[in-house]
Formats: sequence, structure tokens, C-alpha cells
Amino acid sequence: MVSHVIPKTYAEALTVLKAGNHRVIAGGTDMMVRHRAWAGLPPLFDKPVLFAFTLSELKYVKEDEQVICIGAMTDLETLLHHERTPALLRQVIAIMASPAIRYVSTLAGNIVNASPAADSLLALYALDAQVVLESTSGKRILSIEKTIVGPGKTVLHDDEMVAEIRIPKTRFTHTMFRKVGGRRADAITKIGFVGCATVNEGIIRDLRLVFNAVAPVVVREKSVEALHVGHSVKNVLSDTDTLMHHYSEHIKPIDDQRSNQHYRKEAALRLARHFLDTLA
Amino acid sequence: MPTINFTLNGKPVSLNTDPTRRFLDVLREELTLTGPKEGCGEGECGACAVLIDGHITNSCILPLGNVSGREVMTIEGYRETKRYRVLEEAYIAEGAVQCGICIPGMIIASESLLAHNPHPTDDDIRIGLSGNLCRCTGYNMIVRAVKRAATRGKGLW
Repeated sequence: MVSHVIPKTYAEALTVLKAGNHRVIAGGTDMMVRHRAWAGLPPLFDKPVLFAFTLSELKYVKEDEQVICIGAMTDLETLLHHERTPALLRQVIAIMASPAIRYVSTLAGNIVNASPAADSLLALYALDAQVVLESTSGKRILSIEKTIVGPGKTVLHDDEMVAEIRIPKTRFTHTMFRKVGGRRADAITKIGFVGCATVNEGIIRDLRLVFNAVAPVVVREKSVEALHVGHSVKNVLSDTDTLMHHYSEHIKPIDDQRSNQHYRKEAALRLARHFLDTLA
Repeated sequence: MPTINFTLNGKPVSLNTDPTRRFLDVLREELTLTGPKEGCGEGECGACAVLIDGHITNSCILPLGNVSGREVMTIEGYRETKRYRVLEEAYIAEGAVQCGICIPGMIIASESLLAHNPHPTDDDIRIGLSGNLCRCTGYNMIVRAVKRAATRGKGLW
């Protein structure tokens, strides 16, 4: 019988995963709720569980000249206070859930959970994060966009786990993060937005607009962004309707208990428009 | 089943049970520590809060397997400390306790906050307690109690 495993080392974890029979749990803040049974009963998992959160080898924040590397089991509260954490990511983490949740939740867990409403994903998409997946056969390094393919769906193989998140160091002249939620803490987002830009002598050199909770996956349209790079802020602001029209095609929210399609779309586009106004 | 070892209120514990069990259930049913309460059961209300390596954690969504090798303190262990005495006096003096069900979690959240930030502002306190709900809505008194404890417990945190 295959049983639950609490590996002592990362190597042991990868060896256990090789057979493809285990479900990896990090902090468990999503998985324990999704699979919960009645109080007093263990949750109902579809596979035996591999507990990865106590693997100290995967708790680190390192950097070289270009990239910040975050070990998969680094908790969000550590990242919130770490000097190497990119400012934008720190800003997003600060309003995520509550301290009790942040002490046990991880970026890796957010990525594999692949919620279209995940706050941290806004920053990871905006910062061009890469995800290092590892199995006993080796490593694969994928962009965050290529890692997540649908709500709750990733390209992870059954024998792989997230080893590390890599974030290129990038400077922007303008950044904005807004989360619309029911309250200031412990709220799942109705709609979230991150805008990043670099403007030099009135010309847009870099533009990144990212939306969550508006489509099956986080929305970032690099082709639309590219249309505006190299143009003057003045030109872009003189015709924001065209830009909004482009995003309108990709922002297709749903009605649920937190918000509705109409509000989400309107709020998303207004936040983007507001960000563009700040570039002037 | 893997054997799970951890420290609970300063004493070593070794358990042979399903590691996917919610730590709250293990505490209340197996170890008969009923200080941590079940409120929402999904990590939103903080009634089940315990300290893991000194940090506040919701035990209702914490699998037992994640406690392996760590130091756990529940309200039962915490009440034997000097810091608890200061918080107790402050909560009573400020009238911060109404029905009481959220209070074990509020005390744990207060400790976790003060241990990392001994001189919190009102905003720091509200952020530190943001994962703990009080259905009697006595938040202002609780915030004042934490502030009073921070002042009176000088040097303890």
C-alpha cells in the first residue's frame, strides 16, 4: 500500500515522487480546505500525500546580479520582510490573507493551486517570473505563463515538484497594485491589477498590465503591451479607448459569490486606465 | 504511517496517526487540549490559532505532517508564561473579553505580533490581529489591550 510520506531530505522527496503516486502539499492552506471532511475527520485526498513544507533545503532567498531565486518552501511572511524580495511582490504579499496564513503559505503553493484570483500571481506575471520544476530526471525551467494553463491546472508532471521561483531584477519608473476585495485582510480578491512601466523622456520603454480574477488564468497580453512600447505617453493617453478595446477581448470575468461580470470588467479596465493616467 | 515527532508546550510528543489529520483535531481529541477552538474551519477566523516556532498558525487547516520536528505552543502552555500574565491583565483592564471564544486565538495573535514587533502602532496591531475575528465585535478594546500590554510588559517582548 502506498502511504503518506514526510521526507527528511529534498532528494528523498524527489525519489518518492518518481513513481507518480503522491500529491505534494506545501503549507496546505488551500489543499486542506478543498479536501476537508467533517470536523474531526481527516481530509479526503485523491492520492497519498507528500509533505514538503518542512524541507529546509527549499527555504531560501538568494540572488545574483540579474535574478532573485526563492526556494519553493519559503513562506510568504518571510518574503514580506526579506530585503531581497522585489518591492512589488512585497506590496502584494502584504495584503494577502493574514499573518497566520502567510506563515505557512508559499509562492509554489499559489502557483500549483493555479487560482485565477491568486494575488501573488499578479506580481509573478508582471515580473516575468520563471518556475523551476524538478524530478529525478532533471530540471525544467518555464515561464509562469507556460506553467499555469487553466484554473487549478498546471503543466507539472506527476513526478515533479516546484523547486524554485526565479524573478529577474527589473527597475520600473512606475508601478501600481490594486486589489478590490470585501475587506482589507483575509479577503479573496474580486479583481486585482498590477501595472508596471518605465517611461523615459516621455516615451514608454516598458509596459506591463496584469489582471486577475477576470479570466480562467491571470491576464497579461504581451502583444498588446508591445504595441505601445516606443510610443509617447501623450500618444497612448490620447487613445486609451483602443488599448481598452484590446483588453476587453481578454477580460472575460464570471459571476460568483464575490462579484459579477459587469463590475469586474468595468473595475479592471478603470484601474488600467488610471494607471496609464499616472504615467503622464 | 510515519511517526511524527514535535515539541508541545515544551514536552516531546511522538504520534503514530494519519499525518493528513487537521492539527486542531489532534490537539483537541488526541491530546485533550481544548484551548484552541474550531470557528470557521477554513483559516479565516483564527479561533484555532497556535504558535508554531513562535509564529501564529491556524491549526484547523494545518496538516499534522507539517508539524513534524517543530515547536508548538498552545494557549495552555502559553498561560504559564510571564508574557501571558501581562496580556491577561491588559485584556481584563481594557474590557477586551466578551463571550470569550475568540480570546485564546487573540492572545496567540497578540504574542506572535509582540514577539516580532514589541512597539506596535494601532495599525500594526490591526494588521497583526487581522486573521482573528471577534463576533462580539470588541475590536477597539482588544487593540487597546495589546497596546497596554506592549507598554506594561516592557522588556518582556
